[in-house]
Amino acid sequence: MSDNPFPLSRDDLLTAYRTMRTIREFEERLHTDFARGDIPGFVHLYAGEEASAVGIMAHLNDNDRIASTHRGHGHCIAKGVDVKAMMGEIYGKSTGSCRGKGGSMHIADIDKGMMGANGILGAGAPLACGAGLAAKYRGDGGVGISFVGDGASNQGMFLESLNLAAVWNLPVIFVVENNGYAESTSVDWAVACDSYVDRAAGFGLPGVTVDGTDFFAVYEAAGEIISRAREGGGPSMLECKMHRLFGHFEGDAQTYRAEGEVENLRANRDCLTQFADRVTEAGVITRAELNAIDGEVAKLIEQAVTEAIAAPLPTQTDLTTDVYVSY
Amino acid sequence: MSDERIVAVVMPKWGLAMEEGQVNEWLVEEGSEIKVGDEILEVETDKIAGTVEAADAGTLRRRLAEPGTVYPVKALLGVLADASVSDADIDAFVADYVVPAAAEGEGEEAGPSYQFLELGDQRLRYAQRGDGDQAVVLIHGFGGDLDNWLFNLDPLAEGFTVYALDLPGHGQSSKHLDDPTLGGLAKTVAAFLQALDIDRAHLVGHSMGGALALRLARQHPERVRSLGLISSAGLGETIDWDYIHGFVAAENRRQLKSVMTKLFADPSLVNRKLVDDVLRYKRLDGVSETLTLLADTLFANGQQRERPADGFDPAQVPTLVIWGEQDQILPVAQAEGLGKGATVRVVPDAGHMVQMEAASTVNSALMAHFGEH
Amino acid sequence: MARTLSMKDAINEALDQEMTRDPNVIVMGEDIVGGTGSPGEADAWGGVLGVTKGLYAKHGDRLMDTPLSESAYIGAAIGAAACGMRPVAELMFIDFMGVCLDEIFNQAAKFKYMFGGKAETPVVIRAMVGAGFRAAAQHSQMLTPVFTHIPGLKVVCPSNAYDAKGLLIQSIRDNDPVIFCEHKNLYASETDVPDESYTIPFGEANVVREGGHCTIVTYGAMVHKSMEAAKELAKDGVECEIIDLRTLSPIDMDTVLESVENTGRLVCVDEANPRCSIAADVSASVSQEAFDALKAPIQMVTAPHTPVPFSPALEDLYIPSAERIASAVRKTVSH
Repeated sequence: MSDNPFPLSRDDLLTAYRTMRTIREFEERLHTDFARGDIPGFVHLYAGEEASAVGIMAHLNDNDRIASTHRGHGHCIAKGVDVKAMMGEIYGKSTGSCRGKGGSMHIADIDKGMMGANGILGAGAPLACGAGLAAKYRGDGGVGISFVGDGASNQGMFLESLNLAAVWNLPVIFVVENNGYAESTSVDWAVACDSYVDRAAGFGLPGVTVDGTDFFAVYEAAGEIISRAREGGGPSMLECKMHRLFGHFEGDAQTYRAEGEVENLRANRDCLTQFADRVTEAGVITRAELNAIDGEVAKLIEQAVTEAIAAPLPTQTDLTTDVYVSY
Repeated sequence: MSDERIVAVVMPKWGLAMEEGQVNEWLVEEGSEIKVGDEILEVETDKIAGTVEAADAGTLRRRLAEPGTVYPVKALLGVLADASVSDADIDAFVADYVVPAAAEGEGEEAGPSYQFLELGDQRLRYAQRGDGDQAVVLIHGFGGDLDNWLFNLDPLAEGFTVYALDLPGHGQSSKHLDDPTLGGLAKTVAAFLQALDIDRAHLVGHSMGGALALRLARQHPERVRSLGLISSAGLGETIDWDYIHGFVAAENRRQLKSVMTKLFADPSLVNRKLVDDVLRYKRLDGVSETLTLLADTLFANGQQRERPADGFDPAQVPTLVIWGEQDQILPVAQAEGLGKGATVRVVPDAGHMVQMEAASTVNSALMAHFGEH
Repeated sequence: MARTLSMKDAINEALDQEMTRDPNVIVMGEDIVGGTGSPGEADAWGGVLGVTKGLYAKHGDRLMDTPLSESAYIGAAIGAAACGMRPVAELMFIDFMGVCLDEIFNQAAKFKYMFGGKAETPVVIRAMVGAGFRAAAQHSQMLTPVFTHIPGLKVVCPSNAYDAKGLLIQSIRDNDPVIFCEHKNLYASETDVPDESYTIPFGEANVVREGGHCTIVTYGAMVHKSMEAAKELAKDGVECEIIDLRTLSPIDMDTVLESVENTGRLVCVDEANPRCSIAADVSASVSQEAFDALKAPIQMVTAPHTPVPFSPALEDLYIPSAERIASAVRKTVSH
């Protein structure tokens, strides 16, 4: 083995790969099972964007909170939410993270610092400000991370949050996961300025744009702005330019995309392939080690699906628990 | 206008806050012969419904108050006089009667309705009335407060300096309780007496307050002129746990009302305002914890854990025991708990809150008792 | 120690005492300190009507002025609540809910249920409600029914200073999001208020007047209008029982039904617009649960189904009056 040129230890690199692989396997499997009609409702897949979630979450602990999006599976897995409970939730089972009451768009695990995927675009940004406010008030060094897509970054509540975080000097990071499409609408059309970093500057906070398919670029940029936030340096924006390997939701025919676009992305812009190439070419990790992880992850996801299918459905009594209903 | 042969029956003032009351009904016919202590009419205030009892004897010559009507304090409700007084004189008396407007001035003279005393980290509320040479100290019971003496405070103040306090955890005193035993409470009362320079006093205790007074008398007989024990704890073995537990546990007006009706022989006396006031008290921070602690320490499962009557000698401190015959909290048989040395007075048609339900009877019995000692 | 306090001061005292008791209680809103960053006094305003005046001096940075960004700061309060804080956010006028409703009804209201019971959102959103301030259509609405409709929210609307303090303390200690509606015309009204902290449980209506002929169910400022009407009616021998709901969600239908069983007549008085109002809701429940007890059709006295007008002449016609309430009672009694 040669010297490790990366800013992460070998073990951390292996963990990062395992997490990215888990997200990919999870999403690929959902893609297949959804097409088969096994899964109710809406599912928005994160495949292709793994480097962003994992590169950022590598700097966080359970005390740091994230507010995720409708495309939240990757954030959940990277933040440490139990994969089997997530699968159970997506199948609408009582074993799910939210006992079958939330579904794909609302997976949450407060103990893990996961404040919820969110079906309302942009709504997580104020919540992350609240997490940052709580951390700042307690002085516990925690940060709040708000994830939005390029589409939700146009929401008023997101833009209000940039100002609030700057005015209150909150330890909050606004991550814009720019995959080029707000549902079907191109970012080039829907965002009038050239760069998100310009928007950040307009609100008086620093911003940086990185190649979101490059795990190491995300890791490095996130590391810097997260430490700054922890130390009282205030909020920042991080734009990760990335790609979606599937449609907006499952069932999306994606006719708005260019011909061959997805195939090209899979061949040339896949963050997992890039990561694997980098670490093996540097001689830090072998292909065999990665293949072994792939095998374990595949097994885990298979188990998760099997258990989710076998798990009991919630019942009539579950309908009226966890909320004040008597009136 | 003063004609000593004619006695005015007026709207009573039950507590300094009372400004008016509604006459509910007359309990005696015009022309009846009235003895002292007879119930003449029923009055309801925003605090409580009560009966006006005759303070003087005579013939009820006029019933002036209309049932259902609200009258200011000291308004003329009726007239007592001997048959020898002519109708014309009575008419003249009624015509000339003016509701004393000096009520406010009197209030100022009497000082503020309540005062507060800081004892270490405890804040104690108390009321002080009258300026007699001898002191009378009134100690309320479990869950009560000094307003339990609403109908006694001012009448007793005619001859004595009367103090009534809110025990720790009660009324408007501090709600924390360092020592939930009778000894702990007695220590606070002793400190209260000392702080107000009350060297010797007639102690009157109701229910748990009676047990406290007894305990104090046992510890410091030299400081107690006499004891008045009203439906008192500390004399018997048992106490109604359904009441104690129910009072602590009651969370709303409905639950509390059903518990509180046990306090009176006449349950209709428990009106909405009375229940509301207790509910408001129970909802203050710390009250629930303190009451639970007291109940569990003193009365767990209906057993009185401490019996200060044991070893107490009424020959040392003259003791009057007063009990409502219909008491549902502490059975009337417990009135005999002190043996032959104590004077026992059982009041018919009254329950545990005998000092409210038969105020005149209790007041005159106490005054007579104090006078003898 | 009880002394007379205005509803405004009672709310201030509740906030003060809860901030002292629990370090997790923080207070935020537009101008609630009033003057942050300005060259003059740091706490010049203490809220637009001075409700939070003086708290900054005692609790410092735990009171936070916010930019005029209701979505951001109401959402931040909700986010902080989900992270274990107990924020009290002031929305100033409830009419401003339009710009931040998502954070309230899609986020705060749903977290607990949607996350399978794993999240608590103990946030209180205080807002002024009600007409009579000559503040016109966008600063005068009684939007209690809107929030009452949303599962997961608790809705409180006190009618007096004593209730305001106890209900606000309960709201802060409650683990669910609470919309605390303060009628701005009641801020100056005074009652006896203990100086100690106390709570009033949610879902407990207050029978503010007993009477056997007709039940009036109401809340907020309409309690006083109903009392006024009852006084007039009593002169003619008609005795009204008036129920102040105090909390609209949860709602104490037991007390309402018990009263209607006794009186057989019901008038629902609501300052809100009539459709899907609290009055309509109570009427529906009573007709479903106590139809046999009713001796006459239920009457509703509400605002008309219009926005709140500006001109004092019109606004006075808009707000349900004691005369309208009395005539509704007479109608049901003479049925």
